[in-house]
Amino acid sequence: MLTKRLIACFDVKDGKVTKALKFQNNIDIGRAEDIAIKVYEDKIDEIIFYDITASSDKRKIDIDMVRRVARHVFVPFTVGGGIKSLEDMYEVLKSGAEKISVDSMAVRNPAIITAAAKAFGSQCVVLSMQVKKVAVTESIPSGYEIAIDGARVFTGMDAVEWARRGEALGAGEICVNSIDNDGTHKGYDTDITFKIARAVNVPIIASGGAGKPEHVAEIFRDQPDGVSGPSAAIISSMLYSPLIERNYSVKEIKEELLARGIHMRPYV
Amino acid sequence: MKIGVIDYKAGNAPSVLNALAEIGAAAEAVTEEGQIGAMSGIILPGVGSARATMDSLKELGLITGLDQWVNGSGLPFLGICIGMQILACGSEEDNTPCLGWVPGKVLKFPDQVRIPQIGWNKVDFAEGEPLAQGFNGSEYFYFVNSYYFCPDNPAITAAETDYGIRFCSMLRSGSIAATQFHLEKSGEAGLRMLKNFAAGL
Repeated sequence: MLTKRLIACFDVKDGKVTKALKFQNNIDIGRAEDIAIKVYEDKIDEIIFYDITASSDKRKIDIDMVRRVARHVFVPFTVGGGIKSLEDMYEVLKSGAEKISVDSMAVRNPAIITAAAKAFGSQCVVLSMQVKKVAVTESIPSGYEIAIDGARVFTGMDAVEWARRGEALGAGEICVNSIDNDGTHKGYDTDITFKIARAVNVPIIASGGAGKPEHVAEIFRDQPDGVSGPSAAIISSMLYSPLIERNYSVKEIKEELLARGIHMRPYV
Repeated sequence: MKIGVIDYKAGNAPSVLNALAEIGAAAEAVTEEGQIGAMSGIILPGVGSARATMDSLKELGLITGLDQWVNGSGLPFLGICIGMQILACGSEEDNTPCLGWVPGKVLKFPDQVRIPQIGWNKVDFAEGEPLAQGFNGSEYFYFVNSYYFCPDNPAITAAETDYGIRFCSMLRSGSIAATQFHLEKSGEAGLRMLKNFAAGL
């Protein structure tokens, strides 16, 4: 039986993992490859890196960082940020990453999802979406709207509809990031995560809001109607944020999930 | 001892070479037929689609040479993911004709599971499988696949895994071994299997 996945997600700037502090500049957590090796040795199931300034700096993703991480980390990893073309994707995949995460770029140019799926296979393409709770209207029947460009620009697109379209276009996975819950440490937005899980058949990644192992357990819990929920959950603050009550090791999180009956790759 | 890793456009040879470097095995990327004879073993990695992989191998002109060395001379061969699937006669994926080295067909997972399968799943090895030496039966490996290999002869199944159905996640036929899971991305367990492969050369 397939296990649920724990994914460590890191924002990278100038080769360093950073965490944005409110009303302050970002603070450095450490070199990307050091942090990646640390969580790899702690038995993380997967890693995602976002090159957070590549787009705003109008430069390509930091390919040397991708290579350095790939040299030492033998679990799958996904890279996002600053990827605009099939050539950019090819370079990232050839440097040792497994998957490409597309977000704002895919909203502007949905055809890139199909082109990437054809060129590299659907399994390489993660459609990441920033969702915000809004009033239910005719054009946004799910009550969740898609935002882009660091959640600053609202698109008028319905989140569930975009997920369906992303799947039809060829995305192999869909990452649902709640703008409202991100950084709150109060738990994932189970409502929209399960709405999207019901709407599509590709694996779903839950993102935004996890502050303790109970939150991960909650999003992985079996649903009464038998729908299979998210296949994976992103944790980041829990692992390393200085803003959170306490940090957890991957081992601590996995042990708690296993104790709650959630099927995980055992910590051996 | 040197392992040749077939480096074609749609493949992920760099990841496999990274894993072999980590376990201290001598290896090099193979892009030309002339390199094959100098290798003690061959790894055919794979991501993406069966058709893109077959097209890439044809474009590089590697198929005849690989066939002679692997099937003719018994050069040890390890296929990974698509590198396992294209050993079949054909794949349901875009109805792609494949190598036909191992009689069988490649089928799509049933609809009741999420497709693709992405993540860590348990692999139950057949007793005595040489690449599984040192395992205790509770190993998980990383899978990314929408299709699986269905061998004509069930006796070549070297490991099985459950995903909607119970499917052949590893095969062994003469000097050919192949895994559906990604050894290069399965943490310590995957590195251990690569080490076992290198030790057998």
